[in-house]
Amino acid sequence: MNESPERSASVGELVLSLRGISKHFGAVSALTDIDFDVHAGEVVALVGDNGAGKSTLVKILAGVHQPSSGTINFRGRAVTLPDPRAALTLGIATVFQDLALCENLDVVANIFLGNELSPLRLDEVAMEMRAWTLLNELSARIPSVREAVASLSGGQRQTVAIARSLLLEPKLILLDEPTAALGVAQTAEVLNLIDRVRARGLGVVMISHNMEDVRAVADRIVVLRLGRNNGVFEPDASNQDLVSAITGASNNAVSRRAERLRMERDHSDSEQAGEQHP
Amino acid sequence: MTDVKQGASAPLALDRADTRVKHDTGVGGALRAFLDRVRSGDLGSLPVVVGLVVIWTVFTSLNPVFVSSSNLVNLLFDCSTVGVIALGIVCVLMVGEIDLSVGSISGFASAMVGTLWVNQGWPVALAILAALAFGALIGSLYALLFNRLGMPSFVSTLAGLLAVLGMQLYILGSTGSINLPYGSALVDFGQLMVMPKWVSHTLAAIPGLAMLVSGLRTFARRRAANLSTPSATGLILRVATITIGLELIVAYLNQSRGIPWMFGLFVGLVVAMNYALTRTKWGRSMTAVGGNREAARRAGIKVRAIYLSAFALCSLFAALGGVLAAARLASASQQAGTGDVNLNAIAAAVIGGTSLFGGRGSAYSALLGIIVIQSIASGLTLLDLSSSLRYMITGAVLAIAVIVDSLARRSRASHGRA
Repeated sequence: MNESPERSASVGELVLSLRGISKHFGAVSALTDIDFDVHAGEVVALVGDNGAGKSTLVKILAGVHQPSSGTINFRGRAVTLPDPRAALTLGIATVFQDLALCENLDVVANIFLGNELSPLRLDEVAMEMRAWTLLNELSARIPSVREAVASLSGGQRQTVAIARSLLLEPKLILLDEPTAALGVAQTAEVLNLIDRVRARGLGVVMISHNMEDVRAVADRIVVLRLGRNNGVFEPDASNQDLVSAITGASNNAVSRRAERLRMERDHSDSEQAGEQHP
Repeated sequence: MTDVKQGASAPLALDRADTRVKHDTGVGGALRAFLDRVRSGDLGSLPVVVGLVVIWTVFTSLNPVFVSSSNLVNLLFDCSTVGVIALGIVCVLMVGEIDLSVGSISGFASAMVGTLWVNQGWPVALAILAALAFGALIGSLYALLFNRLGMPSFVSTLAGLLAVLGMQLYILGSTGSINLPYGSALVDFGQLMVMPKWVSHTLAAIPGLAMLVSGLRTFARRRAANLSTPSATGLILRVATITIGLELIVAYLNQSRGIPWMFGLFVGLVVAMNYALTRTKWGRSMTAVGGNREAARRAGIKVRAIYLSAFALCSLFAALGGVLAAARLASASQQAGTGDVNLNAIAAAVIGGTSLFGGRGSAYSALLGIIVIQSIASGLTLLDLSSSLRYMITGAVLAIAVIVDSLARRSRASHGRA
C-alpha cells in the first residue's frame, strides 16, 4: 500500500489486514483480490461508485457474507467470520446502511439487542440508563427511549444504530454510509463522533459517497472500482485524482471542469505576467 | 446544547432533558396517552375486552343462566385445554410462523396417554411425560425442516396435521377410543378438582401484590438512576383495581364449585410465558426475530435456535393441551383434537391480540382469546343451537379479529408506530 511513511508512524498497530479477498455471487464477482489495512486510531474511508463492492466488503467484515477466497487477519491473528456473532465477539461492530433495527422494539431494546443485561431477568433500569448515557455522548435528539423505533426519523435511527455499535467497546467500527440520511447538524455530530472514536484508539472504516465528509475525517482514502483495489489516497489528494480513480476515467464532467478552471487560471497568470513584463 | 439546558434547570431527569417532547404525567396524562395510542392503532387488548363485554351482554340477555357462577366455572374448565394450546400458538406467531397441526398433536398426545397408561399399564406420570416429549420432538422436526430446508411452516405443519392424525388413528386401532378410569387423579384433575376458597382468594391477591412490589422497586431504582418515575397514584389505582376485580370474580365463582385447579395451571403457564416473553433475553429475541429476522441475525441472535424453541414450545403446549383434554373428557378417542380444536386455538391467540404478522403479541392474548371463544361456544350451547351455527359464528369472530389486526397494523404504520 502506498502510504507515506510519516503517517504510518503516527497510527497504532495493525488492527485489520485483508489479503486477496474475493467474493462471487453466482457468476458475478463482487470483489476480486482485495487488499485492505486498518490501523488503530485511524479512519479509513472506503469510496467507490455504486456496485464497486464497498457494501459487500463491509458485510464480509461483519460476518454477514463469507469471502469466496482470501485471508482476514484481525489484531495479528488469522480469523474467519462465519456469522455476525463471531465478528461482534472479536470486536468488529457494524452500522449497516439498511439500519438493521427492529422497528417493533423500543430504542433500549434495539441498542441492547443480543447483549441484554442479566438475560433471565432483564435489568431495564440499568439498560435505560446506559442507553441514555450513550445517546447523550452522541448529543442525540431522541424523544423517548421507550418509543418503538418505527416512530423515529431516519437521522434518529442512524444515531440509535451508531449508539448500538459502541455498546460493546469494539476495536474496529464499520460505518456504511453513516451520514447519508442525516441533516447538516447531525452529520457534523456524527463526524465529531468519528473523531472521538478515533481518539479512543479504535480503527474506523467509513463508506461514504460524500467527498467532503470523507476529507473531513479520513486519514486514508481507499478507492474500489468494479470490485478491485483502485488506489489509496491522502485526504488532501485532488478531487480530480479521486474522481478518476472512482470512475476509472479522467474524461468526465468533473475533471473537465477542473481542467477548464486550471486553464483559465494559467491563462490569467500568464496575462498578469505579460503585464508585469511588457 | 444539553449542558446549557441542564445548567438552566438542574433537576431534569436523564430522559426528560429534551424539552421538545411532550410527556403526559399523572392519571389524566396516562388516560390521554392511552387514547392517543388507541387512535394511532396500538389497540393492545382493547378489542377483545370490548368484544367480551358485547358477547356476554348478548348471551346474558338471551339466557340469564349464562352468567351464573356454575356455568362460568364450567367455562373455565373448558377454557383450560384449548387455552394451553393457544399459548403455544402465541409462541409461533411471535416469530411470524404458524403451526396448523396443534389439533392433531393434542389428539395424538391424548391417544398416547390412553394407550400407554390404560392399555400398557405405564405409570400415568410417565405416560404424560412421553406424550409431552413426543410433542416437543414433532416441533423440533418442524424447526429442522424450516431452518435447514427452508420449508415454510405453513406447509410442513399441514403435512404434520395429516401424518400425526394418521398416527393417532393407528395407535388407537380398531377400538377407536380408550376410556380413562374415573376416580384417577388425572380425570379428577380434569373434571372435579377445584381450589379451596382460601387458596383462590390468596392467589387472587398475588398479582396486585406483585405489581405493587415490583412497581415500588422500579420506582426506587429509577429515581436512584436519575430517570423519570411513573406516577405513584396510577400504580396504586391499577393495583387496587386489579386486586378488587380479581377478588370479586373469585368470590362470585366460589358461590358455585370454585376455581378449577386446571384453570389455575393454565393461568400459571400464561403468567410464566408472559414473564419469559417480556422479561428475558429469550423473549426479547423472539420479538426481534418476529419483527425483523435479518436485524436479529446481525445483532448476533441465534435465529435458528429461536425458531427451534418457538416450534418445540408450541408442540409441547399442544401435547399438554391434549393430555388435559383427555382428562377433561375421561377418554382418548379418534375425535380428540379434530374438528375445531386447531382453529379455535389459532383464533384464540389472534382474537386476544397476537399479530399474525409476527413480532407483536402477549401470552395474555391466549387467556383473553380463549375466554371469548369458549363464551361463544358456551352461550350457543345454552341457546340449544347446533354446532353448525357455532362454527359459522366462531368463523365470523375470527375474521373480525384478523380484520381488526390488519387495520390496526395499517394505522400504526401511518402513525409511525411499530
